[in-house]
Amino acid sequence: MIAIIDYGMGNIHSVNKALQLFSAKTVITNKPEDILNCEKAVLPGVGAFDDAMQELEKQGLVEPIKKHVAAGKPFLGICLGMQLLFEKSQEAKEARGLGIFKGGVVKFKAAKGLKVPHMGWNQLKKCQMSDVKCQNGCPLLKNIPDNAFVYFCHSYYPDPKDKQVIAGVTEYGGSFASLVWQENVFGAQFHPEKSQSIGLKILENFVKLC
Amino acid sequence: MLTRRIIPCLDIKDNRVVKGVKFLGLRDAGDPVEVAKAYDQQEADELVFLDITASFQKRKTLVELVEEIAKNIFMPFTVGGGISDISDIRNLLNAGAEKVSINTAAVKCPDLVARAARRFGSQCIVAAIDAKATGARQWEVYINGGRTPTGQDAVEWAKQAANLGAGEILLTSMDYDGTKDGYDIALTKAITDVVSIPVIASGGAGKLEHFSDAFLKTNCDACLAASIFHYEEYTVKQVKEYLKEKGVPVRL
Repeated sequence: MIAIIDYGMGNIHSVNKALQLFSAKTVITNKPEDILNCEKAVLPGVGAFDDAMQELEKQGLVEPIKKHVAAGKPFLGICLGMQLLFEKSQEAKEARGLGIFKGGVVKFKAAKGLKVPHMGWNQLKKCQMSDVKCQNGCPLLKNIPDNAFVYFCHSYYPDPKDKQVIAGVTEYGGSFASLVWQENVFGAQFHPEKSQSIGLKILENFVKLC
Repeated sequence: MLTRRIIPCLDIKDNRVVKGVKFLGLRDAGDPVEVAKAYDQQEADELVFLDITASFQKRKTLVELVEEIAKNIFMPFTVGGGISDISDIRNLLNAGAEKVSINTAAVKCPDLVARAARRFGSQCIVAAIDAKATGARQWEVYINGGRTPTGQDAVEWAKQAANLGAGEILLTSMDYDGTKDGYDIALTKAITDVVSIPVIASGGAGKLEHFSDAFLKTNCDACLAASIFHYEEYTVKQVKEYLKEKGVPVRL
């Protein structure tokens, strides 16, 4: 069973339906026990960083998410849901993130014709690093061609402290981490549930993780 | 590389597609979900749904329609038409729209744009501007589906909307809309020159050259079109293949 965490911030229907295409059993939920009991969990999200953290706290979901991750179960954050996995964001001075990934979330600087938000289809470049884990490739990118197009719609992006967690980068006024991965935790700045066949393949890879 | 987008637009009334979509092989060309699926298969970059339903009661079912669309296509789409407050926006985003476009309500209450951008982020707030020429390089903003002139200058309003926090401008030329004579290059250029957020050109697409003109002669990020796609004069893919030949970066 995959828990899709519904904390009132953003679209859950597309990701739910997409996971079901690959025979995943899903539950849309804001119950702590569901998050703890499910084998996998997805944290979507649209909105402001501090509002989202407030909702997670108010609904008692911070600890269940951390426990789920600590238990080594696969976890996927999408867009704002990915940003919340970091320690902090330039968007929110006060609110602290979940801190599962070290580092913060920063804003694109509009300069030299760089339009902000970063909006549309851009390429996901697979990260080839010397680290053994990265050489084997992120399991979510299995059978995904290098430089595949995925859909972005955001003004902020993650800046991981530990560069080893970067599993994919995208060029936009320089390159930024568009896919992060640390053991059982994955975070996508793009929207796999809105990225047509490539995005569906990435979600299928998540469903098939053991 | 970030690519330029091609966006088919569907007008919805009482949860049905209007302005006749003539797709061959569609069982029900009036069903927004069926039409959306067809454009998903053509790999359109985004879709825009504009709800032109007059009655408030019937508009409530729009949220259910958006949920149904989100369950059936795995691509981004924008929903607009009659959005007047924060709860409308929240409901549509939670139902699965990537972005919402705000027109009349934004002009009447610019603070709505600012509040929405703070609450949901600029990236999902599109300011839709309907503009009509009043003189050389001058355009006036119209609201209420193009029925009501506002006296407001379109270029100034675009700047203001961007400053308020809109993340994108959907710019429709009322002079060119429906003519199939091409996009309003002067208008589009006037707006893209003064804002640093993405701009979607809309109104006038009739030929392949019109798309390349818009992308090569202005700094627009996307082109929106309706009848050229609905009547299968061209598929989205044909437009993109043409653009690629002309050196415009597209996703193929």
